[in-house]
Amino acid sequence: MQVTLKILRRDPANSAKPGWQTYSVEAEPMDRVLDLLHKVKWYQDSSLAFRRSCGHGVCGSDAMVINGINRLACKTLVKDLGTVIQVEPLRGFPVEKDLVVNLDGFFSAYRAVHPYLINEESPPERERLQSPEDRARFDSSTKCILCAACTTSCPVFWVNGSYIGPAAIVQAHRFIYDSRDHGLRERMAALNASTGVWRCRTAYNCTEACPRGIPVTQTIEEVKRALLYDRF
Amino acid sequence: MAHEYDVIVVGAGGSGLTTALYAAKQGVSVAVVTKLYPTRSHTGAAQGGIGAALGNVEEDHWEWHMFDTIKGGDYLSDQDAVEMFCKEVIEAVIELEHMGMPFDRLPSGKIAQRRFGGHTKDFGKAAVHRAAHAADRTGHMILQTLYQQCVKENITFFNEYHVTDVIFEDGAAKGLVAYELASGELHTFKAKAIVIASGGFGRIWKVTSNAYTLTGDMQAILYRKGIPLEDMEFYQFHPTGLFPLGVLLTEGARGEGAILRNGSGERFMERYAPTIKDLAPRDMVSRAMYMEVREGRGVGPRKDHVLLDLTHLPPETIHTKLPDISEFAQIYLGVDPTKQPVPVMPTAHYAMGGIPTTVHGEVIRDEQGTVVKGLYAAGEVACVSLHGANRLGTNSLGDLVVFGRRAGVAAAKFAKETEFYDFSEEVLGPTRERIEKVLRAGSGPSVADLRAELQQSMQDRASVFRTESLLQEQVEVLNELFEKYEQVVVQDRGTRYNTELVEALELGYLLEVSQATVHSCLNRRESRGAHAREDYPERDDKNWLKHTLIYKGPNQTVRFAYKPVVLGKFEPKARTY
Repeated sequence: MQVTLKILRRDPANSAKPGWQTYSVEAEPMDRVLDLLHKVKWYQDSSLAFRRSCGHGVCGSDAMVINGINRLACKTLVKDLGTVIQVEPLRGFPVEKDLVVNLDGFFSAYRAVHPYLINEESPPERERLQSPEDRARFDSSTKCILCAACTTSCPVFWVNGSYIGPAAIVQAHRFIYDSRDHGLRERMAALNASTGVWRCRTAYNCTEACPRGIPVTQTIEEVKRALLYDRF
Repeated sequence: MAHEYDVIVVGAGGSGLTTALYAAKQGVSVAVVTKLYPTRSHTGAAQGGIGAALGNVEEDHWEWHMFDTIKGGDYLSDQDAVEMFCKEVIEAVIELEHMGMPFDRLPSGKIAQRRFGGHTKDFGKAAVHRAAHAADRTGHMILQTLYQQCVKENITFFNEYHVTDVIFEDGAAKGLVAYELASGELHTFKAKAIVIASGGFGRIWKVTSNAYTLTGDMQAILYRKGIPLEDMEFYQFHPTGLFPLGVLLTEGARGEGAILRNGSGERFMERYAPTIKDLAPRDMVSRAMYMEVREGRGVGPRKDHVLLDLTHLPPETIHTKLPDISEFAQIYLGVDPTKQPVPVMPTAHYAMGGIPTTVHGEVIRDEQGTVVKGLYAAGEVACVSLHGANRLGTNSLGDLVVFGRRAGVAAAKFAKETEFYDFSEEVLGPTRERIEKVLRAGSGPSVADLRAELQQSMQDRASVFRTESLLQEQVEVLNELFEKYEQVVVQDRGTRYNTELVEALELGYLLEVSQATVHSCLNRRESRGAHAREDYPERDDKNWLKHTLIYKGPNQTVRFAYKPVVLGKFEPKARTY
């Protein structure tokens, strides 16, 4: 089948505004959007820039806006989109070139929540014990691949780019709800700040955007609860 | 721009991050140079587990793990390295847990373990629960955990920098040249010690589980500079690649009880490995699958694949222990594995061969084991040789943390005893020339066309089964591709995010590692582990119980040297399961 692929492009060497470029691509229904981008890059217009690595939804490189929705290009199939497909860079980050965005702010927000296990006790000789139930409490937030689809779908983030955003809060949740972690107080500063978790207005865009099926909004609510009750 | 660090690590996957953490702990300055963002590294795609004789589910011993690794590797593993590994991986897994790694748990609260291919109790008697896991995203969890620790330790990263050259002085490694993707700028990095941890090169094949970015850059750069590559004929094809895409479906599925079936529904592995059946090592299962298809017992209108059957497993097991692979089957094939069997065929997965190293990660340049000062390697890019002729499932993740740690400690120690070598920006010359040549070329073949030709020809002539005549043909194909590559053209002449230029450079690396692979395949006239020569179907310990070192010569010629296998505990025996 023939697919019309519209890509919002921006050339950094040229100060002109971003513009749509349209390509006609021969595609199979089971092709990924990533395959279409490759067909353009490899056989039509090799100057097209986008990030990709694993190609099957585990590395988080190729989040972009596809037909208006934040998704991974390697996990979205042509058959689910129809014959006109529109691709744009993630919203809310500076665009470097075409579909490549600047991720510095995203990773600063990640670092702000101290995304590592905090436990000052010296560990036992063997593993720390954790019940399967305790392990399950933070299971979904361990699935995060830091693709930024959630943060860049958030209307609060679009308005105020200093909001740490859903992805950073999911990372905080992954540790706050880990029975081995003692770092809630250390993380509070970033989470309770005016740019922290209270900015969330539960729009649910993030939950819909997450390609890993993480219930992001619920996760944010659980972090709010932990902050209110200083545990859970 | 010029930079200077005591230890520079190339690559930010499991081995690179482990190396960086351990080097930093020794009190030296450390930077990591990676062509991706660290969390995009392909360690994150590893699924099934990390094998260690914790004995949490049932009795297990490092000696059993050692035996399985050596037998799985068809007796080509260096047994000193394997012994260290099987002992140290136990403490490495515990240490990952202490870092915060979210392993799945047993009701007792201990780390959960599952069965895996080639993992046995009591030296081959029956399958054993050895693979510590976090659902079917164990690699993702390890990568995240290690990166979190690097954030905590404030390690410096240079993201989206492509290393293009290694600077040597008096035979010692002294620095790097790298191309910054965002700006097109070239950078020099002075270092007292350099650790290469940049992963494999699955993209020489058409069907692979590997990321687009796994193009063997550092293997090729060093090979061009006269460093040999070891055991390049041994490349692992993982049995269960989603057909036809090649996306990996973990061996953990069979560990949880999934079964391979041919066109008549038969559990064919019973014929090939009567004791452990579907849990035989990967090389054997992949060959068995090809044999079934070849003999007309495949599945589908073209009888060109087989099936991985999970339908008899409780849906709960699939949802909790194998959620990601279920999703892959659902998304890419529209198959619900709780209801329908999943089409699979082998997919190019893992390089046993690579840059030869000592057990401390020191790169060696010859059969005497002469060390290249200041240069280290760890993980899939290296060949220590832990994996021998065929890697045991789960030993890749173990390799990253055990030998990443060893390389990090050794590199930092060396750095403390050495000085920076003062080089000027002149070292940028060769890289600048190479880039300008590509950017200036007027007309010629495109990167995409040449790469497609390379990948298809490697798949057709040098993959699971090999013969002299096909390999000879492939040598000719490669020589022609090298010539065409001289004329390769890119359309994008820009400086910012010129990913086409990067793909052109990567194609050059793919050609080099393909050359080393094909010549090593042609040279080894026996069948051992993952290297199956149809014209030499038997293992030949008398002539070939040795490691291959391949060197690049002028005009696309190669030469070989051989390194003895370190034996010791387990003498080579027939390999049946």
